[in-house]
Amino acid sequence: MTALARAWRGVRWYVRELTGEARWDEYVERCARDDVVPMSRRAWERHRADAKEHDPQARCC
Amino acid sequence: MATTTPVRRPGGPRRRPTPAGVAIWGGIALVGAVCWTVLALSRGEEVSALWILFAALASYAIAYRFYARFIADRVLQVDDSRATPAERLENGQDFDVTDRRVLFGHHFAAIAGAGPLVGPVLAAQMGYLPGTIWIIVGVILAGAVQDMMVLFFSMRRDGKSLGQMVREEIGVVGGTAALIAVFAIMIIILAVLALVVVNALAESPWGVFSIGLTIPIALFMGFYLRYLRPGRVSETTAIGVALLLAAIIVGGWIDDTGLGDTLTLSHETLTICLIVYGFVASVLPVWMLLTPRDYLSTFMKVGVIVLLAVGLVLARPVLQNDDITSFAMDGDGPVFAGKLFPFVFITIACGALSGFHALIASGTTPKMIAKESHVRMIGYGGMLMESFVAISALIAACVIDQGLYFAMNSPAGATGGTASSAAEFVGTLGFTLSPDTLTQAAAAVQEPTLVSRTGGAPTLAVGISQIFSDAFGGGLAAFWYHFSIMFEALFILTAVDAGTRVGRFMLQDTIGNVWHRFGDTSWKPAAWSASAIVVAAWGYMLYVGVTDPLGGINQLFPLFGISNQLLAAIALCLCVTLMLKHGKARWVWVPLVPLVWDLVTTMTASWQKVFSDNPAIGYFAQADRYREARDAGQVLAPAKDGGQMDQIITNSTTNGVLQLTFAILVIVVVANAVLVWIRAIRAGGLPTTEVPAVPSHVVAPADFFATADEKAAVREWEQSRLTGSRR
Repeated sequence: MTALARAWRGVRWYVRELTGEARWDEYVERCARDDVVPMSRRAWERHRADAKEHDPQARCC
Repeated sequence: MATTTPVRRPGGPRRRPTPAGVAIWGGIALVGAVCWTVLALSRGEEVSALWILFAALASYAIAYRFYARFIADRVLQVDDSRATPAERLENGQDFDVTDRRVLFGHHFAAIAGAGPLVGPVLAAQMGYLPGTIWIIVGVILAGAVQDMMVLFFSMRRDGKSLGQMVREEIGVVGGTAALIAVFAIMIIILAVLALVVVNALAESPWGVFSIGLTIPIALFMGFYLRYLRPGRVSETTAIGVALLLAAIIVGGWIDDTGLGDTLTLSHETLTICLIVYGFVASVLPVWMLLTPRDYLSTFMKVGVIVLLAVGLVLARPVLQNDDITSFAMDGDGPVFAGKLFPFVFITIACGALSGFHALIASGTTPKMIAKESHVRMIGYGGMLMESFVAISALIAACVIDQGLYFAMNSPAGATGGTASSAAEFVGTLGFTLSPDTLTQAAAAVQEPTLVSRTGGAPTLAVGISQIFSDAFGGGLAAFWYHFSIMFEALFILTAVDAGTRVGRFMLQDTIGNVWHRFGDTSWKPAAWSASAIVVAAWGYMLYVGVTDPLGGINQLFPLFGISNQLLAAIALCLCVTLMLKHGKARWVWVPLVPLVWDLVTTMTASWQKVFSDNPAIGYFAQADRYREARDAGQVLAPAKDGGQMDQIITNSTTNGVLQLTFAILVIVVVANAVLVWIRAIRAGGLPTTEVPAVPSHVVAPADFFATADEKAAVREWEQSRLTGSRR
């Protein structure tokens, strides 16, 4: 059971890291550490999407 | 602040092999040796595809463990005490220290696409052995080496692009030639990939329906992520994948409805659709279409690779073709013309040696690496994984009935387009295939016909459908066929979107040097016109391929393979240059051997495609033959009228000119580089643009699995970081 739970946690961690979802948690944590009020998730994600707009990434054949 | 020493240092004491290690690696070597021996000695018997699979896996494991480590430690001398650009320049956006396993996922998603699925399928006309050997040996000694070295050199230069590095390290002439080559090669690659999609979807209402639906699905995901649930990527992707599977299932009912006829599109209509789509996709904001499509495509990529590996082991299919066919020796194969040397080496580019990867290894990945030693796992390991995809695709093409294989992959001009004429044509090649079998095969996957469905995707889909039906049962052949078409089209459309966008940025950047305003990527008129130019360029080549009476894949695929490997020549040339400039002439053979091999094959292929007097191979000989016939008032098959004669003449001339241009550009880069090599060897090394070393504070394990020591070091480091930040 614990092995299964560990595996599930691992998969969940990997997926959240790969999709970038974990970045939001990191941001909120950082804000808490620095005593800053974080911006809304909507605004934050929009900011990230805008950054992506000007940094195209090739996808290979 | 933490000052823990990093886990690995170059030139440190070499670890002594443990008895367990010796036993494991000895066992893997034995498995590999047995598999290779069986493959080498089996003649005219039933050979299981698993021998290929395990020969590949054992060879990869040994290469990764020994050769890649040798390159990292001795040749490149990766130094984990040195901070990577991600650590020095961390900004939370492009420069970002990333977990090695996560970055492996990102890098693999960026390098792997439809390429390794298509090339091996076409190369199967030469038998299973040439493709197998080239994919495995090629990746170990060339492809993975290139990816890893370019990644390393770019990382040591703050993530500079390939073009930039060639200009700064080789020279302005070489750099300019490389820049033009990169742009032109990208256009060809996009055109050929788009051609694969057109060939897979033409006259297939089910395919058009389910691929068409990916656009609204991606749009829905984009809006969902932006407005309803910002940032919930996994949840959105799960919904998207469910919708995607539903789209494939519903597609099966379309044929019998009124929509069936509406969605039966000709090659020409699909070409126009694709061109319009490409333009719109490249000017829309990325969050709307490109990003969500990328999530879908990445998910499908991983899912399909896992399914394919499991399916192959469960189904244990038997290879249906010869080890080496007569086409390999005589060069008269119907899928593409030319002999084993050099054409098998350029037909299979992705999966063995792909120059395009050098653009990715010098793009985002080097800016995210946490530790220098990770170049081995991400660069070399990522390419091995792509090679595994190529091996699986090769197996899928070799386990289907070979009469069916040639009926599907020979151009319509040869097969005549109907089941009976195709069966007759296949008979002349020495295979027995009844028209009924062909019709039944098409009915089994619910396609109107399988005759001359060139481009590789339909053949792969038939192979995968057969393997999955055997492995998982359930009579779902038609579903699996369309599932395969779907994922391949999905990869390709993602590559087309992203490629058009990258091309647009390159063009804006280049023109921006002369006309400053044009370089502003937010300025709509520049963005739109640059996109239009890029789309027009690949759109024209796509049109050339689609309308070519000689068969677009037959004509354009060699151009695609050669250009991809010419790009690899430029990348390897840069690696050789940097080895010599860094005074490491002793190890220069590591990139030099693949470079020489790559130049020999691509230049021989280019020479034959340009100067061969055999009209089946040489583009200009082909144009001449049809020009003479036209001037004499004749119509030569497969052309049906004077218009098609003109078309062949124009197309073949265009292809020949492009082929010649690519080869000359690469020769310019190589010639420029040789001058630098001579200077570097005489001086025993030259200054480079490598960024000076800065001590690293990040601690991270070096390989996929952390050792106990590494885990302890990471724990200690994290602890000290926490106490450090509290102070």
